[in-house]
This record gives sequence, structure tokens and C-alpha cells, in this order.
Amino acid sequence: MAEIVIRNLRKEFGDFVAVKESSFTVGDGEFFMLLGPSGCGKTTTLRMIAGLELPTGGQILIDGEDVSQKPASQRDIAFVFQMFALYPHLNVRRNISYPLVSQGLPRAQVQAKVAEVARILGIEGILDKPVGGLSGGDRQRVALGRAIVRSPKAFMMDEPLGALDAEFREHMSEELRALHDRMGATTVYVTHDQLEAMQMGDKIVVMNHGVVEQFGTPQEIYDHPATMFVADFIGSPPMNFLRFEGGFRPGDRSVSLGGTAIATPELRQEAAGRKLALGVRPEHVAISDDGTYRGRIEAVEYLGTTQIVTLSTAHGTLKARTPSDRAARVGETVGLGFAAATLALFDAGSGRAFRTSANAGVFHG
Amino acid sequence: MSAWSVTEPSARSKGIAAVLVILYTVITLVPLVWIIATGFKTGPDSISYPPKVIFQPSLEGYVNLFTDRTRATPEQLAAMPPPENFVDEIVQRRGEVITQPSKFGARFMNSVIIGFGSTFLSIFLGTLAAYAFSRFRVPLKDDLLFFILSTRMMPPIAVAIPIFLMFRQLGLSDTHLGMILLYTGVNISLAVWLLKGFIDEIPREYEEAALIDGYTRFQAFRKVVLPQAATGIASTAIFCLIFAWNEYAFAFLLTSGTAQTAPPFIPTIFGVGGKDWPAVAAGATLFLLPVMIFTILLRKHLLRGITFGAVRK
Repeated sequence: MAEIVIRNLRKEFGDFVAVKESSFTVGDGEFFMLLGPSGCGKTTTLRMIAGLELPTGGQILIDGEDVSQKPASQRDIAFVFQMFALYPHLNVRRNISYPLVSQGLPRAQVQAKVAEVARILGIEGILDKPVGGLSGGDRQRVALGRAIVRSPKAFMMDEPLGALDAEFREHMSEELRALHDRMGATTVYVTHDQLEAMQMGDKIVVMNHGVVEQFGTPQEIYDHPATMFVADFIGSPPMNFLRFEGGFRPGDRSVSLGGTAIATPELRQEAAGRKLALGVRPEHVAISDDGTYRGRIEAVEYLGTTQIVTLSTAHGTLKARTPSDRAARVGETVGLGFAAATLALFDAGSGRAFRTSANAGVFHG
Repeated sequence: MSAWSVTEPSARSKGIAAVLVILYTVITLVPLVWIIATGFKTGPDSISYPPKVIFQPSLEGYVNLFTDRTRATPEQLAAMPPPENFVDEIVQRRGEVITQPSKFGARFMNSVIIGFGSTFLSIFLGTLAAYAFSRFRVPLKDDLLFFILSTRMMPPIAVAIPIFLMFRQLGLSDTHLGMILLYTGVNISLAVWLLKGFIDEIPREYEEAALIDGYTRFQAFRKVVLPQAATGIASTAIFCLIFAWNEYAFAFLLTSGTAQTAPPFIPTIFGVGGKDWPAVAAGATLFLLPVMIFTILLRKHLLRGITFGAVRK
């Protein structure tokens, strides 16, 4: 097992820069998520760690050894592809044993290892079947089997659940996480699904346009997004932005939105006469008649125990997640309350979050 | 319930289709049947008018194909021992004696060596080139591919004279190597283009998985790509072989002796005292067999190969 350190990694394809000076560290035994929209460079980053692409600049250290210019075969890393990439001309047993055969392991040892892996994954029954007729879940298990059979230093997974149908994905993600917990293997996992990332990951890197936006635990990233992109990408519905112009000084504990003072965590930076955005998660908006900040209810979506209330305010549209038992009528104008400790302030120009007492400990990419 | 179905053709249209297919098959097979039948006729039967559809089959054509003979005097014939086998019997009945085996066997072997040799070379080079074009960032890739294809934009025989002079200078005239190189040169553009299409269809992930599993690029190519491309390689090989096997014009121009292939040789077969049509037909029949067998063996791949990529899986 291994620690993976990425330092100022860069990748260019001709004129196109896929990854720009990215740095982060994957701790030993971590389940590490690379999250971002399509085209953000997450898969390219993964392929560079695996050795399927060579970086244009920067370093990749696996267990302290610089492997950035080494071929994939010398890195001792396993890769699970989105389409599984099982060798179609070989049966399940030969697919799983393929990486061992390349190392020239004796036959008896290969058989023993394959049997062990098959037992772990519960696929003893299909070992002699061709891979062509397998169900999505079994293909997934065979792909995992091929990855774990030689006990590599780390696993790379490129959207391994993307090809499965929604119902089965849930089940498989639990299985994957359980497998990881049992083996304790360092895993780097690429996904564009924020729920999957939050659900399974120990740590998350959020990428956009080839840049690392934020790097941290799921809680840090959800509660204290470093940029407006992260705030908007994570959460469903995403964080609300109330856009306003104004300023504040270090030590302030509130900002003024159109004359209404709104309590915030203690601000640690200064801003004056700038375009700003106040970020608030929908579940931290309360509809209360005594709130001085007001909004008009535009729509109500019923979701069982909660409902999503869409409101229009003087500073833009806002979504609130409130308990379903609180009646909300379209057209009604109501007072709004925000949970002060959870609020974030962003520079609307650069998209960066300002430092406050709440996010002080959080890494800013 | 309605008997009418969108996907299943009606019995009537199936019947019409069957009649059309049978009709087409009969029309295309008539020349073949004619050749095969003529091979089993005697000389007079082969040129009788109206043509004989029903005749007494004879192996005369095949005997003549494989032998050179001369007319014997009655005294010579009388002095000869009684025929030991059907070959002697056929020859003696016509008052001839065998002087030596004919050149047909050697010419046929030339065809085999040159046909299969150039097919192998075209496929070998074509697969490597197609793989490179499919997988790597080759500088000027599109221009190179167009350039390769452009060699097929005129009939190859248009450059017969330069090639004739070139071969004479290089000492390649009437050699097996020369003919193999020539047919490979003609076939390779077809091979590169066809095989590139097949290799493009093979997902890169297979090789990448092999690279991750500890194989080198070449091992991944050999163990993962080649088995996947078998269908494409088989159908490309058939097309290459059919061209090299049937090629007449260059063979006529560039070979005359040691490396002469069967196509220019067969029409030159003369019997004793005139054109020996049964022997020519027998030669043509035997000449059909290798390609026919090769195609039947690879038929499964050929059918898949032609429709390959037509439907996105």
C-alpha cells in the first residue's frame, strides 16, 4: 500500500491544457475521490498517476519514488476502467489471472490466488464462463478481481459504476467501499457524481477546467466550499448565492444586504465596494415570520419529509429545504432566517471564499 | 391478431427473394460450370457444336495438363508394353507417348508461393502500419493515409512500363521476390485501410488494461489486439490473396520462366496439333481450388468482416 503525492502536475495535448499545476496528496489506505464535471481533467490526472499518459510537467510520487516518467507496467498499480475492459477472448479465470501470468508466477500459485480472489468477490461459480455473457455486476466484479489479484500498491478507478444501472449502482458502491475497508488499499476514484463522491470518499479533490478547486474531506467541502464552483457543484439543490455589492472589515460579524444586516461567522479578511455573494445551503434557510429579510414563494416541490421552496428575493432566487409540515403557499411573502455559523462569503468576481472563523482550518486550493 | 409484421417479411416476398437469388446464382455459375465441365470432356467434345451438355466424362484434359507428349509412329506403338495405368491408356489410345511432365506443377507452385507470400507480407506490414495509424500520434497522419490510398487511384497496370524498367535494373524480373514485392505494394494500401478500420473498432482500454497488468506495448498488441483483430485480418487476407492469385497483366509482362505464375501459363497450353481446350479448362479448374478452400475456411470471418462496424454495439 502506498501514499501518492501529486506535485504541480501539468498535462498539455497540443495547445490544449488538460491539467494545470495540480497538487494534492493521497494518504496511505485512503479512498480518494477525483470529482468534477466532464472535461475537467480528472480522468487525465488519473491516467497520469497510472502511467497511461505521461505528464508534461510536475511530479508523481508513489511511496516517495518519482514515477512520473515510468511506463504503467513498472508502477505496480491496478486500474478499473469504466467499460471494465475485460479481455473478450479470455474466460473469467484467465482474465483474472492475466496480471499474474505476466509476472511469470508458477501455475499453482496463480490458481490459488485466483481462487482466493473469486471467494472474496463471490464469483467462484462463473470462473469458467466467457466474459461476453456476464451481467454488469459480474463484469464489475471480474474487473475488480483482475485489479486486486496481484495486490498492487494502489487502485485507480475511472467511473467504475458509470456503466451500471442506477439501482445496481447503489449496491455496488457499498460493495466497493466494503472491499476497500477490508483490504485497506489506497484507492483513487474518478467520478462526476457528487453524491457518489460524498458517500464513498475519505477525501475529495474537486477539479474544474484542469484546476484543483478544493481538496479536503467530504464534510469540509460541503460545509466550507473554497470557491463558488465547488459550492455550486456539491449539494442538491446546490448552495444559494445572494449577490450584493458592499464590503466588510476583519472582525465584522455581519454583512448588509440591501439595508438588512445578516449575521455571519467572524470575518477575517477585508473587502470594500466589491461584488460579493453570500452563500447559504438550502437546509440552512428557515422560513419564519419574524425574519426581517423577506422573499416571495414562487414554487414548492414536495419530497416526502422535506420540501424545496423556491423564493425570489431582492438579491436573486433562493431555494430552501424546509420540513414538509410547514405549509408554504405560492405567492405568499415570508420572512427568512439564515443559520449564521454556516454562511460563506465569496468574491463574486474571482469566485473565491473569504476567510472566516468558520472555514479557518480548511485548506484553500 | 394480425398476420402482418413489420420485421418479418411475408411468405410471398421471401419467395420472390429466393427466386431472384437462385436466378442470379445460376447466371453467375454458368461460366464456372462450363469450365469445370469442359475439363472433363475429350478434345472433340469440347469444340462440338451445338455444345454437348451430356457427354462421356474423360480425364484426358487433366492428363494433358500435367504431361508433354509427342505423336508416336504405329511401329513404336506396337513395340510398347501394354498400358500399366489409365494415364498410359489414354495417351496410347490417341497414338501419343509421354515425353516429360508438363510445367503446370511448377507454375502452380509459383502461384502458391507468390500469392500466399505477398498476402502474408501485406497483412504483416499492413497490421503494424494500421495499428500505428490507429493508436499513435503519427505526424502528417491524414496526409500519409491519403498518400497510401492514392496508389489505388489508377489501375496498377498504368505504371507497367516504369515497373518493368525498374525490375530489369534491379534484377527482379522473373523472380519470386520481385512478384511478391509487387503484389504486396499493390495490396498494402487496401490492407492498411481495411485493418485500420478494424483496429479503430477495438477499444483502447483493452491494451491499456494489458499495459497496467504488466505487459509491454508490443506484448499488449500481440496478446490482446491481434486476437481481437482476427476477423479483420482474415477478411483482409482473403481480399489480398484473391488479387495476388488472379493477377494476370503484371505476371504476363514480368514473368516468363522460373517465376511464371499460373494465370499467364494456362492459356499457353497447347496440345499435340492444336489448342487443347480440355487441358486449359482443367488448369483453370485446379487454379480455382486454393482460393475457394481458403475462402471457405475463413468464410465465417469474412461474413462478419464485411458487416463489421455496421452496427454500433
